[in-house]
Amino acid sequence: MKLFGVKIPMMASLIIWAIVWEVVGQLELSILLPPFSHIIVRLFEIVPTMVFFNAFMITAKCFLIGTAIAIVLGIPIGVLMGRSIVADRMLLPWVNMFLSAPLTALVPVLMTLFGFGTKTIILTTVLFAIWIIVLDARAGVKNITPSLIDMAKSFQASYWQAFTQIYVWAALPEILAGIRLGCIRSIKGVIIGQLLVSVVGFGRLFELYSSNFLMEHMWALLFVLFFFAFLIAEGLGMLERKFEYYAASRN
Amino acid sequence: MSSIAEAVSMDTPPIAVSVNDVTKIYPGGVEALNDMTIQFPKGELTSLLGPSGCGKTTLLKIIAGLLEPTSGTVTVNDVPVTGPGKERAFVFQDFALMPWASVMRNAAFGLELQGVAKSERHAIAEKYIEAVGLKGCEHLYPHELSGGMRQRVGLARALAVNAEVLLMDEPFSAVDEQTRRKFQEDLLDVIKEEGKTFIFVTHSIEEAVYVSHSIALLLPRPSRVSEIIRPDIDRDISPDAIRRDPVYLDIVERIWQGLRTYVE
Amino acid sequence: MYSFIIHPLTLRFLSVVIAFGTWEYLGRIPISPAFPTFLETMSALGGMLADGSMAAVYPATFQPLLIGLIISSVLGIACGVFMGLNAKAEWFGAPVFIVLQSAPLAALIPLLTFAYGIGLTSKILTVSIMAMPVIVLNAYTAVRHTPTSMIEMGTSYLGSPRQIILKIIIPSASPVIYAGLRLGAAMGFIGAILAELLITPTGIGDLITYNQSIAEYDKMYAAIFSIMVFAVIFIEILERTEYIFFRPDKRVSQ
Repeated sequence: MKLFGVKIPMMASLIIWAIVWEVVGQLELSILLPPFSHIIVRLFEIVPTMVFFNAFMITAKCFLIGTAIAIVLGIPIGVLMGRSIVADRMLLPWVNMFLSAPLTALVPVLMTLFGFGTKTIILTTVLFAIWIIVLDARAGVKNITPSLIDMAKSFQASYWQAFTQIYVWAALPEILAGIRLGCIRSIKGVIIGQLLVSVVGFGRLFELYSSNFLMEHMWALLFVLFFFAFLIAEGLGMLERKFEYYAASRN
Repeated sequence: MSSIAEAVSMDTPPIAVSVNDVTKIYPGGVEALNDMTIQFPKGELTSLLGPSGCGKTTLLKIIAGLLEPTSGTVTVNDVPVTGPGKERAFVFQDFALMPWASVMRNAAFGLELQGVAKSERHAIAEKYIEAVGLKGCEHLYPHELSGGMRQRVGLARALAVNAEVLLMDEPFSAVDEQTRRKFQEDLLDVIKEEGKTFIFVTHSIEEAVYVSHSIALLLPRPSRVSEIIRPDIDRDISPDAIRRDPVYLDIVERIWQGLRTYVE
Repeated sequence: MYSFIIHPLTLRFLSVVIAFGTWEYLGRIPISPAFPTFLETMSALGGMLADGSMAAVYPATFQPLLIGLIISSVLGIACGVFMGLNAKAEWFGAPVFIVLQSAPLAALIPLLTFAYGIGLTSKILTVSIMAMPVIVLNAYTAVRHTPTSMIEMGTSYLGSPRQIILKIIIPSASPVIYAGLRLGAAMGFIGAILAELLITPTGIGDLITYNQSIAEYDKMYAAIFSIMVFAVIFIEILERTEYIFFRPDKRVSQ
């Protein structure tokens, strides 16, 4: 978009939205929207507190462990499915099913089995993230052109050599895409887990704020969460783009 | 600096399309055309031949009304061009077929956009589908057709709107060699029957010499018409004989020598 | 013989048998008193279907779900297409939806409850908010990625802007728009269930939490099983109907 002939970057429109929000808030048009500036003030108030820090640590821990498990389990399964027709035919229907099924419905199950703690939240995170990681790893492996495989054979590479030197790199763009999408889903999983379990982490904070009708605090917390989610998604996106340069020319 | 085309023939047929001092500078400063002036005789096929970067596709799109020149004018039958028009039809290099529509619908699409009634436009389209050799394929979809067949649909679509001037942007470059040769032979038949004006962009010398009444050799930087050649070939002999005709071979060689230095 | 064994249907059947068999086995050990076996869950399911308790409960779940999905589909596609066609709309809208797409929107639910109470409105809003970003972004991307030569073709044959949008851009964009609808439906289901678990239990959420609280785990699992199956079937039907409504050339979109 151009203003007086100068191209303005798209993200700048968020500034306009912030201004609109401020006006709406000052005019008290909706109970849902306190003024933007008030929220920012609250944000700086709550972030340095111990309570927030603890909640953040728990969330970060669950997110990292859960995502790590999803990656460590998901990629090999995906690779297996890409290489073996039998595994593929047996597992793909389930992967596809769980990809679109409302996994939220399974959280009560996890709660009854594993209690109201971080274990449940970690498992929720794994559940949310793993399916897309599996699917994309599988896609990456399937994308490896037969001629690459033939090339490896003709140079008599051992299976391990072929795997680490060729296949992993050839499938990497898709695997990274899967990890990025998996991370977005695990953030959702971590939050949903905490909302349902609600006695730890940010879930507890939300409970606290909503039972005390602290709108501004709730929004401040949301902003922090959204900001980190965006940061992670963009960061992984940049990493993915670093490997994208050869993605299109693999065929 | 304008470069006037070298007219060779004695009785010049009436002019269908006239390009006068057309300059095209793209945003960013790339100068695709510089004071280009050229005339296209009515009822003939004129090729625009040249290495990449000489502005031939840009010129074609300006004539079609898909691009606006930075300066200069284009007239078709003495009427200035301000955009696309009923008297001009475009054949695209990548076919530009709608994958969700059948051959019949694609071929009739030009008429559909003009608001022609369904039964009427299907009747017209059917005639031209047959004329390009795709009879029986009316209900197939583009993904079921080969590249050559898809381009025939594009040609049928262009013929169906009954435009006077047909603009073809490297129409045969996306098909294989054998199909391409067949197309060139078929194109000669179509030209004879339809009596329309064809402006044909290509980077293949043989193709240009084979099908054209006249060839405009375009050179890049600055883009200009360096020469106009009228291949004096007898086109009533068999297609294979044409390709072995000494006159044909000489002209091809001559053009190649002229363009050699401009190939990157 | 070998080809029979590795036939897709055989293997699918085998994997189902293994999955449910493992469930049964784990339930029998049992790995936890709160873990019913597969057969117990299935018979509870049968029971609830037979005595009508499931049929009575689903409408309450479906109301916010369907209303929310319809709203977010219509609004979402309209917004996305408009953003794809209009540069100003794109400038204002795209960053918002891009941020929303990676955000854990479920966190907004406490906010909605606070502002709109625990009734139908909050639930409809939950479903809509969860579903909309992906629908909007898919529609937007699809429109932006319409092949240039096809638009040029429409212009060259004298198509009016309206004709080009309706006859070229929208059909060209429909596979990606449809994929967005499927993803949106999946998010909508998550929203509907979350709403019932977080805001106030109605419908299937009620069945789940009630049976959980009285430790009738087989009924609880049966309720969960039913909603999962339902969601999967719903989305599968969406996928299969694409070519009926939009693109006869795309028989299988995957």
